[in-house]
Amino acid sequence: MSEEMQQEADGKIKKFMYVNRKAPYGTIYALESLEVVLIGAAFDQDVSLAFIDDGVFQLVKNQNTTDIGVKNFSPAFRALGDYDVNKLFVEKESLDERGLSSDDLMELTWEDEDDDWEEKPSIQLVSRQEMKTLLGNQDVILSF
Amino acid sequence: MAYELNGNTIEHDEEGYLTDLSQWNEDLAVVLAKDENIEMNDEHWEVVNFLRNYYDEYQIAPAIRVLVKALKKTMGKEKGSNKYLYTLFPYGPAKQACKIAGLPKPTGCI
Repeated sequence: MSEEMQQEADGKIKKFMYVNRKAPYGTIYALESLEVVLIGAAFDQDVSLAFIDDGVFQLVKNQNTTDIGVKNFSPAFRALGDYDVNKLFVEKESLDERGLSSDDLMELTWEDEDDDWEEKPSIQLVSRQEMKTLLGNQDVILSF
Repeated sequence: MAYELNGNTIEHDEEGYLTDLSQWNEDLAVVLAKDENIEMNDEHWEVVNFLRNYYDEYQIAPAIRVLVKALKKTMGKEKGSNKYLYTLFPYGPAKQACKIAGLPKPTGCI
Protein backbone atom coordinates (compact mmCIF):
# COMPACT_ATOMS: atom_id res chain seq x y z
CA MET A 1 0.00 0.00 0.00
CA SER A 2 1.40 3.35 -0.95
CA GLU A 3 1.99 5.90 1.76
CA GLU A 4 -0.76 8.06 0.38
CA MET A 5 -3.27 5.22 0.44
CA GLN A 6 -2.26 4.35 4.00
CA GLN A 7 -2.88 7.94 5.02
CA GLU A 8 -6.25 7.85 3.32
CA ALA A 9 -7.20 4.71 5.26
CA ASP A 10 -6.11 6.22 8.57
CA GLY A 11 -8.14 9.33 7.95
CA LYS A 12 -6.20 12.14 6.38
CA ILE A 13 -5.09 14.97 8.62
CA LYS A 14 -6.51 18.17 7.23
CA LYS A 15 -5.31 21.70 7.64
CA PHE A 16 -7.94 23.72 9.49
CA MET A 17 -7.66 27.46 9.85
CA TYR A 18 -9.97 29.51 12.04
CA VAL A 19 -10.07 33.10 10.82
CA ASN A 20 -10.94 35.73 13.43
CA ARG A 21 -11.86 39.18 12.14
CA LYS A 22 -14.02 40.69 14.87
CA ALA A 23 -13.38 42.48 18.16
CA PRO A 24 -13.65 40.22 21.25
CA TYR A 25 -16.80 41.80 22.71
CA GLY A 26 -19.96 43.33 21.27
CA THR A 27 -20.72 40.25 19.20
CA ILE A 28 -20.54 36.56 20.05
CA TYR A 29 -18.22 35.66 17.15
CA ALA A 30 -14.90 35.73 19.01
CA LEU A 31 -16.09 33.59 21.92
CA GLU A 32 -17.89 31.16 19.62
CA SER A 33 -14.79 30.78 17.49
CA LEU A 34 -12.66 29.97 20.53
CA GLU A 35 -15.20 27.39 21.72
CA VAL A 36 -15.27 25.71 18.32
CA VAL A 37 -11.46 25.62 18.34
CA LEU A 38 -11.45 23.95 21.77
CA ILE A 39 -14.08 21.41 20.72
CA GLY A 40 -12.44 20.80 17.36
CA ALA A 41 -9.08 20.19 19.07
CA ALA A 42 -10.40 16.77 20.10
CA PHE A 43 -10.12 15.66 16.48
CA ASP A 44 -6.53 15.22 15.37
CA GLN A 45 -6.26 17.91 12.74
CA ASP A 46 -3.61 20.43 11.86
CA VAL A 47 -5.13 23.53 13.43
CA SER A 48 -4.07 27.15 13.14
CA LEU A 49 -5.73 30.45 13.97
CA ALA A 50 -5.55 33.69 12.01
CA PHE A 51 -6.20 37.12 13.49
CA ILE A 52 -7.02 39.80 10.93
CA ASP A 53 -8.69 43.25 11.07
CA ASP A 54 -10.39 43.90 14.45
CA GLY A 55 -9.72 40.24 15.30
CA VAL A 56 -6.27 41.29 16.53
CA PHE A 57 -7.98 42.97 19.51
CA GLN A 58 -8.86 39.49 20.81
CA LEU A 59 -5.23 38.93 21.77
CA VAL A 60 -4.61 42.27 23.48
CA LYS A 61 -3.30 41.78 27.02
CA ASN A 62 -4.84 43.07 30.27
CA GLN A 63 -8.43 42.98 29.03
CA ASN A 64 -10.91 44.24 31.61
CA THR A 65 -14.61 43.68 30.98
CA THR A 66 -15.96 44.72 34.38
CA ASP A 67 -17.77 47.80 33.06
CA ILE A 68 -19.44 46.03 30.14
CA GLY A 69 -20.77 43.20 32.32
CA VAL A 70 -19.53 40.25 30.28
CA LYS A 71 -17.01 37.58 31.09
CA ASN A 72 -13.40 38.27 30.14
CA PHE A 73 -12.62 35.08 28.24
CA SER A 74 -9.15 36.11 27.11
CA PRO A 75 -7.39 33.89 29.73
CA ALA A 76 -8.75 30.90 27.78
CA PHE A 77 -6.36 31.72 24.92
CA ARG A 78 -3.56 30.74 27.28
CA ALA A 79 -5.06 27.23 27.52
CA LEU A 80 -4.75 26.66 23.77
CA GLY A 81 -1.24 25.25 24.18
CA ASP A 82 -2.67 22.49 26.40
CA TYR A 83 -5.01 21.64 23.52
CA ASP A 84 -2.08 21.36 21.09
CA VAL A 85 -3.19 24.50 19.30
CA ASN A 86 0.02 26.46 18.96
CA LYS A 87 -0.08 28.31 15.66
CA LEU A 88 -1.66 31.73 16.05
CA PHE A 89 -0.92 33.96 13.06
CA VAL A 90 -1.45 37.67 13.56
CA GLU A 91 -1.47 39.99 10.56
CA LYS A 92 1.07 42.74 11.07
CA GLU A 93 -0.73 45.33 8.92
CA SER A 94 -3.90 44.90 11.00
CA LEU A 95 -1.91 45.66 14.16
CA ASP A 96 -0.26 48.70 12.53
CA GLU A 97 -3.57 50.11 11.32
CA ARG A 98 -4.88 50.01 14.89
CA GLY A 99 -1.80 51.52 16.51
CA LEU A 100 -0.89 48.18 18.10
CA SER A 101 2.36 46.25 18.20
CA SER A 102 3.34 42.78 19.38
CA ASP A 103 4.09 44.32 22.81
CA ASP A 104 0.36 44.94 23.26
CA LEU A 105 -0.48 41.25 22.83
CA MET A 106 -0.68 38.52 25.46
CA GLU A 107 2.33 36.27 25.77
CA LEU A 108 1.01 32.94 24.62
CA THR A 109 3.21 29.89 24.81
CA TRP A 110 3.03 26.15 24.42
CA GLU A 111 5.20 23.45 25.93
CA ASP A 112 7.00 21.19 23.51
CA GLU A 113 6.72 17.66 24.91
CA ASP A 114 9.40 16.48 22.50
CA ASP A 115 11.84 19.18 23.58
CA ASP A 116 11.89 18.71 27.38
CA TRP A 117 8.70 20.77 27.81
CA GLU A 118 10.42 23.89 26.57
CA GLU A 119 8.08 26.87 26.39
CA LYS A 120 7.75 28.24 22.88
CA PRO A 121 5.79 31.24 21.61
CA SER A 122 2.45 30.49 19.91
CA ILE A 123 1.93 33.87 18.28
CA GLN A 124 3.61 34.60 14.95
CA LEU A 125 3.36 37.94 13.19
CA VAL A 126 2.93 37.61 9.46
CA SER A 127 2.54 40.12 6.66
CA ARG A 128 -0.66 40.46 4.62
CA GLN A 129 1.13 38.72 1.76
CA GLU A 130 2.19 35.81 4.00
CA MET A 131 -1.33 35.55 5.38
CA LYS A 132 -2.64 35.21 1.83
CA THR A 133 -0.29 32.28 1.24
CA LEU A 134 -1.27 30.66 4.56
CA LEU A 135 -4.97 30.93 3.70
CA GLY A 136 -4.26 29.41 0.31
CA ASN A 137 -2.60 26.37 1.89
CA GLN A 138 -5.60 25.26 3.97
CA ASP A 139 -8.03 22.39 3.39
CA VAL A 140 -10.73 23.99 5.54
CA ILE A 141 -11.25 27.62 6.51
CA LEU A 142 -13.75 28.60 9.18
CA SER A 143 -14.42 32.31 9.29
CA PHE A 144 -15.70 34.16 12.36
CA MET B 1 -34.15 22.83 40.24
CA ALA B 2 -31.96 23.30 43.26
CA TYR B 3 -29.78 21.71 45.94
CA GLU B 4 -30.56 22.23 49.62
CA LEU B 5 -27.66 22.93 51.97
CA ASN B 6 -27.94 24.21 55.57
CA GLY B 7 -31.28 25.81 54.75
CA ASN B 8 -29.95 27.50 51.60
CA THR B 9 -31.27 26.85 48.14
CA ILE B 10 -28.64 26.56 45.41
CA GLU B 11 -29.88 26.57 41.82
CA HIS B 12 -28.61 24.16 39.20
CA ASP B 13 -29.29 23.45 35.55
CA GLU B 14 -31.07 20.40 34.13
CA GLU B 15 -27.87 18.36 34.30
CA GLY B 16 -26.97 19.33 37.86
CA TYR B 17 -24.29 21.94 37.14
CA LEU B 18 -24.41 25.05 39.35
CA THR B 19 -26.11 28.09 37.85
CA ASP B 20 -23.99 30.51 39.89
CA LEU B 21 -20.43 29.26 40.24
CA SER B 22 -19.71 31.62 43.13
CA GLN B 23 -22.13 29.67 45.37
CA TRP B 24 -19.76 26.72 45.55
CA ASN B 25 -18.17 25.64 48.82
CA GLU B 26 -16.64 22.42 50.12
CA ASP B 27 -19.80 21.33 51.97
CA LEU B 28 -21.74 21.72 48.75
CA ALA B 29 -19.11 19.66 46.92
CA VAL B 30 -19.83 16.77 49.31
CA VAL B 31 -23.56 17.05 48.54
CA LEU B 32 -22.87 17.19 44.78
CA ALA B 33 -20.62 14.14 45.09
CA LYS B 34 -23.28 12.17 47.01
CA ASP B 35 -25.66 12.80 44.10
CA GLU B 36 -23.08 11.09 41.90
CA ASN B 37 -22.65 8.23 44.42
CA ILE B 38 -19.15 9.40 45.26
CA GLU B 39 -17.74 9.53 48.78
CA MET B 40 -15.11 12.27 48.69
CA ASN B 41 -11.59 11.25 49.79
CA ASP B 42 -8.23 13.01 49.52
CA GLU B 43 -7.70 11.78 45.98
CA HIS B 44 -11.05 13.12 44.83
CA TRP B 45 -10.28 16.47 46.46
CA GLU B 46 -6.92 16.60 44.73
CA VAL B 47 -8.60 16.44 41.31
CA VAL B 48 -11.47 18.76 42.27
CA ASN B 49 -9.07 21.40 43.62
CA PHE B 50 -6.91 21.02 40.55
CA LEU B 51 -9.92 21.72 38.32
CA ARG B 52 -10.91 24.77 40.36
CA ASN B 53 -7.41 26.20 40.04
CA TYR B 54 -7.41 25.48 36.32
CA TYR B 55 -10.72 27.29 35.88
CA ASP B 56 -9.50 30.19 37.96
CA GLU B 57 -6.51 30.60 35.71
CA TYR B 58 -7.99 29.90 32.26
CA GLN B 59 -11.75 30.51 32.66
CA ILE B 60 -12.59 27.17 31.05
CA ALA B 61 -13.19 23.66 32.34
CA PRO B 62 -10.58 21.49 30.59
CA ALA B 63 -11.43 18.56 28.32
CA ILE B 64 -10.46 15.16 29.72
CA ARG B 65 -7.44 14.86 27.43
CA VAL B 66 -6.11 18.18 28.69
CA LEU B 67 -6.85 17.30 32.30
CA VAL B 68 -4.89 14.05 32.00
CA LYS B 69 -1.94 15.84 30.44
CA ALA B 70 -1.89 18.55 33.10
CA LEU B 71 -2.18 16.04 35.95
CA LYS B 72 0.62 13.95 34.48
CA LYS B 73 2.84 16.98 34.52
CA THR B 74 2.10 18.12 38.07
CA MET B 75 1.35 14.84 39.85
CA GLY B 76 3.19 12.21 37.88
CA LYS B 77 2.39 9.41 35.49
CA GLU B 78 0.28 7.29 37.84
CA LYS B 79 -2.24 10.03 38.61
CA GLY B 80 -2.09 11.52 35.15
CA SER B 81 -3.92 8.66 33.49
CA ASN B 82 -7.41 8.00 32.21
CA LYS B 83 -7.58 4.80 34.24
CA TYR B 84 -6.82 6.50 37.54
CA LEU B 85 -9.38 9.24 36.87
CA TYR B 86 -12.06 6.73 35.90
CA THR B 87 -11.44 4.84 39.15
CA LEU B 88 -12.19 8.03 41.05
CA PHE B 89 -15.02 9.26 38.81
CA PRO B 90 -16.49 6.21 37.06
CA TYR B 91 -19.12 8.08 35.04
CA GLY B 92 -16.69 10.37 33.26
CA PRO B 93 -13.99 12.25 35.14
CA ALA B 94 -14.34 15.56 33.34
CA LYS B 95 -18.11 15.55 33.67
CA GLN B 96 -18.43 14.33 37.26
CA ALA B 97 -15.39 16.08 38.72
CA CYS B 98 -16.32 19.39 37.08
CA LYS B 99 -19.84 19.14 38.47
CA ILE B 100 -18.51 18.48 41.98
CA ALA B 101 -16.02 21.33 41.58
CA GLY B 102 -18.90 23.67 40.76
CA LEU B 103 -17.65 24.35 37.24
CA PRO B 104 -19.61 24.40 34.00
CA LYS B 105 -19.68 21.31 31.83
CA PRO B 106 -16.32 21.07 30.05
CA THR B 107 -16.18 22.66 26.62
CA GLY B 108 -16.20 19.91 24.06
CA CYS B 109 -17.52 17.30 26.46
CA ILE B 110 -19.69 15.02 24.34
